[in-house]
Amino acid sequence: MTGAFGALLILMCLLAPLAGSTTISLVRAFDRSLPFADNVDAQILFIARLPRVLAAALVGASLAAAGVTFQALLRNPLAAPETLGVSMGASVGAMIAITAMPPRLVGGMSTVPLAAFAGSVAALGVVYLLSIARSRGMSTTVLLLGGVVLTTFLGAVISFVQYLSDYTQTARMVRWLMGSLDVGSYEPIGLALIPMAIAAGGYATLPRTLDLLSLGAESAASRGVDVVRSERIALVSASLSTGAAVSLAGPIGFLGIVVPHMVRLLVGADHRVVLPGAALFGASFLIGCDVIARRAFAPLELPVGIVTAIIGGPFFLWLVLRRAR
Amino acid sequence: MKARAMKRLLIAVLLVSWRVAAATEATPHRIVSIIPAVTEMIFAIGEGSRVIGVSSYDHFPPQVERLDRVGGLLDPNVEKILSLKPDLVIVYATQAELKARLARASIPYYSYEHRELADVMQTIRAIGARIGATPAANRLASDMEQQLDDVRRSVARLPKPKTLLVLGREPGSLRRINVSGGYGFLHDMLVTAGGANAFGDVKQQSIDATTEMILGRQPEVILELRYGERPDAAAITREIRDWDALPSLPAVRDHRVYILSGNEFVVPGPRLVDATWRFADTLHPNRH
Repeated sequence: MTGAFGALLILMCLLAPLAGSTTISLVRAFDRSLPFADNVDAQILFIARLPRVLAAALVGASLAAAGVTFQALLRNPLAAPETLGVSMGASVGAMIAITAMPPRLVGGMSTVPLAAFAGSVAALGVVYLLSIARSRGMSTTVLLLGGVVLTTFLGAVISFVQYLSDYTQTARMVRWLMGSLDVGSYEPIGLALIPMAIAAGGYATLPRTLDLLSLGAESAASRGVDVVRSERIALVSASLSTGAAVSLAGPIGFLGIVVPHMVRLLVGADHRVVLPGAALFGASFLIGCDVIARRAFAPLELPVGIVTAIIGGPFFLWLVLRRAR
Repeated sequence: MKARAMKRLLIAVLLVSWRVAAATEATPHRIVSIIPAVTEMIFAIGEGSRVIGVSSYDHFPPQVERLDRVGGLLDPNVEKILSLKPDLVIVYATQAELKARLARASIPYYSYEHRELADVMQTIRAIGARIGATPAANRLASDMEQQLDDVRRSVARLPKPKTLLVLGREPGSLRRINVSGGYGFLHDMLVTAGGANAFGDVKQQSIDATTEMILGRQPEVILELRYGERPDAAAITREIRDWDALPSLPAVRDHRVYILSGNEFVVPGPRLVDATWRFADTLHPNRH
């Protein structure tokens, strides 16, 4: 089954760059006799579309894997990458960068994504402190409550920053909060890959323990799982990949909660299949939604978050109904 | 029952509108303006001394800095407005809640909305008539129309470069680029100044343009508007260099990316004429 998800992703990665709001000629795009600086088709393909497909794949995979992990860790089917406030932390970082920081740091790196990632790490720090506040293991209830409080608190911080800023800054913030995969270059993707790779290393150790953890901490411990350690790896990996995804594309809702359930409906509850399956399917799902976002209202393009919810909602209900029959 | 309730409602509406209409006849002497563009219009007509309160975004002309502030488009301070005892409040068309409260307090208001360039002169004439300054307002509006005609004539025979009019983007990158579509006063100003809007076919005031959409349209000139403080020369150079990421754009190749800063670009009042001249001077620098 994981193989099928992988094949789907490869297919999506090959097909998606062919679709867009403009029409391009592949022959011209790969024509080496034209210098790249003059080749519009090549630039649309390599500067506009390819980074966008890559960003969609990475963001989709990160959010879906984080969703699976949070749902198992918190033993709550409604948990999502946004639940523990990491996504809000990234948003606060971005808002502060937009209002109060220079657009570029020394070395020419764009400030907003870096500040967003710093915000998500700060939020993760708070959540992590909450998780170790009780000496023996972490209480998922404390984590959930802490996450909800942190999310609300950071939401108020965002409103406050917006209230203090002038209208052009407010407009920029609203645009950021809508989410966008149009990253425009490979640089932000490269930056996001670092935390995503660390998170992937963490995920690789998780599948078996997640199966046991989702049954309950005691029964997992009785089967030889180092519960505290695995829970922390799960928490840190899921938070890092959420923070990286949000700093790359802004908040993109719905995918992180629904893709894990879609994949479970298709393949069952075994995390050795669900975790990689959700990552692969999440990537394909977001690439597909983004193609629709780019084509549906051409020459305009929709924010992809609208499409994930409009396509994902009915698709999810259809899966549920099909299973119920 | 229902018919009777409807009848009562109708009478109530009629009564309220009659009272508002009756009140509107008087010439106002204590004006509160929540829209910076309207404040500028009243001052340009020469009746600024009657303005007693302005929005928190008003900074022009400099005399407004001394006036009372009554909040803005989204957060008008009703209590403050009432405490100033105005006899006319000029509000924006979408401020329905504020209009209802003013009507309840029997304070006359004038509802204003900006859309296209020609509407600005229309509004100046209408506000002039409303505040009893018709001749001065008509003079101002005609003078602006005359000057816009002058701009139009000065570029009439020149080629119209395909222009991307950028209203905002994420600082330091080419992400979340917001541009002018083919509707609204900024689009009209661009056309008057002898430019062809790269997104003129999309009839919206503003569009979120992706890199693909911009690459596909190949603009020959990029005009980027900055509001508020003028950035220093180094910052402008850096912001222009952000566009080097799209080297196939004729505007980038020919070094025709410009940052224009100033509040006259967002305030659709009398200073639009100056802003239109600046567009024309940037698009056609050697025309004289």
